[in-house]
Amino acid sequence: MFRFLRDHGIIERNLILMGVLTLITVSIGGLVQIVPLFTMETTIERVEGVRPYTPLELTGRDIYVREGCYTCHSQMVRPFRDEAERYGNYSLAAESMYDHPFQWGSKRTGPDLARLGGKYSDDWHAAHLRSPRAVVPESVMPPYAFLDRPLDTGSIAARMKAQQALGTPYTDEMIANAAADLEAQARPDADAAGFSGRYARARQGSFDGNAKEVTEMDALVAYLQMLGTLVQFRDVTTDQVRQQ
Amino acid sequence: MAVAGYADPATGHAPVQDFEMVEAPVRAFAIATVFWGVVGFLAGVVIASQLAWPLLNLDLEWTTFGRLRPVHTSAVIFAFGGNAMLCTSLYVVQRTCRARLFGGEDMGWFLFWGYQFFIVTAALGYVLGVTQGKEYAEPEWYVDLFLTVVWVAYLVAFGGTILRRQEPHIYVANWFYLAFIITVAMLHLVNNAALPVGGGVGKSYIAWSGVQDAMIQWWYGHNAVGFFLTAGFLGMMYYFIPKQAERPVYSYRLSIVHFWTLIFLYIWAGPHHLHYTALPDWAQTLGMVFSVMLWMPSWGGMINGLMTLSGAWDKLRTNPALRFSVTAVGFYAMATFEGPVMSIKAVNSLSHYTDWTIGHVHSGALGWNGFITFGAMYYLFPKLWKKTGLYSEKLVSWHFWLATLGIVFYITAMWVSGIMQGLMWRAYDELGFLQYSFVETVAAMHPYYVIRMLGGLLYLSGALIMVYNLWMTVRSEALAEAAPAAQPAFAAAAAE
Repeated sequence: MFRFLRDHGIIERNLILMGVLTLITVSIGGLVQIVPLFTMETTIERVEGVRPYTPLELTGRDIYVREGCYTCHSQMVRPFRDEAERYGNYSLAAESMYDHPFQWGSKRTGPDLARLGGKYSDDWHAAHLRSPRAVVPESVMPPYAFLDRPLDTGSIAARMKAQQALGTPYTDEMIANAAADLEAQARPDADAAGFSGRYARARQGSFDGNAKEVTEMDALVAYLQMLGTLVQFRDVTTDQVRQQ
Repeated sequence: MAVAGYADPATGHAPVQDFEMVEAPVRAFAIATVFWGVVGFLAGVVIASQLAWPLLNLDLEWTTFGRLRPVHTSAVIFAFGGNAMLCTSLYVVQRTCRARLFGGEDMGWFLFWGYQFFIVTAALGYVLGVTQGKEYAEPEWYVDLFLTVVWVAYLVAFGGTILRRQEPHIYVANWFYLAFIITVAMLHLVNNAALPVGGGVGKSYIAWSGVQDAMIQWWYGHNAVGFFLTAGFLGMMYYFIPKQAERPVYSYRLSIVHFWTLIFLYIWAGPHHLHYTALPDWAQTLGMVFSVMLWMPSWGGMINGLMTLSGAWDKLRTNPALRFSVTAVGFYAMATFEGPVMSIKAVNSLSHYTDWTIGHVHSGALGWNGFITFGAMYYLFPKLWKKTGLYSEKLVSWHFWLATLGIVFYITAMWVSGIMQGLMWRAYDELGFLQYSFVETVAAMHPYYVIRMLGGLLYLSGALIMVYNLWMTVRSEALAEAAPAAQPAFAAAAAE
């Protein structure tokens, strides 16, 4: 029995053989699980409405990543009755297809945020971020009042260009207008004709309550307010969401 | 045949050449292990306190939970665990191969300073908000590139030493260290593939997105557990437990089966972090099935470690350092049983996103990784500083019981809070509405967060006792070894 165990001495005497066999052994699982996700077309549901982030939302998302919000908040509603009631429709892979990196999270010290958009007012978000316990006394969230500082908008075109290189469908026109679109979204009185044409269902607003200056708070609230709002689930068919 | 590495001079191979081992960098790694351990445990106590008392976020951007949490995880996994791996692997490979470290002292010092530089730049980045936003892979692209250079040097040093060996066989501990080095390199390169934004901004975007990024992240994340915190530490088990028990490894055949099945199966387990998400069902099912199967090699290795004490169990009474190593294997058994249970989708639907996961990780991290490292450090410090023993065995016992009590506080608090919160989220009232708002479930966690923090504080106190004990051991002149001979055992063996 187990004759190969006696032959194992051959491997034990040869470092290169052992290293190569190890590499092969540890590669198999990953190849089987990862490669099909890129090749099978049904992995991402065929729903309509998902678009790349607006420049303001993208910088807001980068702030969300910078602050490590994912350490306490998930963005992935599971297909359970209680989660449907608490958060809304379960999350689709399509809804995070332009997320570099994904922010599904692994812990809910705070609630899931995948369908946060539109549930609260902009004012609520700004007040809550500045001082969480002023709004929700039992909260254990850190205060983010420091986000009321000017947003660094200088690198927005470079950020979108990097995303474009990675496959996010930003057009050259979107990148050329990046800085202007960012400003337009954060100023309710700005002319938004071009911006609205480039980004469907994007909302203009003075997200932090101060229309004079574009702040990090504006960007983060703009991002939080669009989460989970792009897919219109009333129009989705079962065929579109079937994964294989 | 006998297990390779415990070579018996009577095998008739060519006489062993005398050689001088590289020890100074190994000593530095040992000190760094202990230092970063204390830093990491302290960071853990701080962020645990923040969850109990949010005022401790201090209203500063640099001290929020979101920025400090990666400081804690990186400090314990990569700084404490990583230095422990480098320390013990370089120590073990030279002895079990009877060969001087490839690259000599210079290589040792390059690895040491390179690795510390990686840790410090990563941690400073987190505090300043520089992060890729991937759990356990937060360092930005330039830190990742630097680590890659250090890691390749590590592979060259480790492999080069094995190639120079004067033993015909590569000892089992080195198989595990080697698999750890190779696999971590593979995971690191794929998971961190990123495109820098450029224009003087340190920021990059991960090459993968959405569901593929999720799968790659947890393929990486689970195998950071599987290879960084398991395979590498099993290498430690396969050397230090036989050494301390003065017994050969229980079963050579079990070692072989353990090794290949463990490294084959672990890689598949990642999707159990993504149950009921938008990851396709076939991948979730594969992840669950392989996670359950993983229970077998895990317990095979556990049996191999524990049974090594056959006939030497009495040493547990007289050798408190061995008590750490053996209890570590006990916690390993517990954590590797709990893990497969939690990977079952029905269980996971309750446990996922709750503190149960945090408790599970800590029974492994505090009990297995922490204890096996403490056992190794209590063995290594006297060896590396040429002392006849430790300053105080009694203090080792104090450390042991404080740390054990701390773990019990920690994991029981997390079991209760995790299961309770999971049940509260899905509770309905008699009219069929959700019974609790989310924030009510947050408020209910408070007492358990306080208990968890106290558990961490006990664990940290034990570690501080260890620091004192090891410091006094190094300083003690009364404990100095009589013979100044650098390698008495090998020199004697060679002379025979």
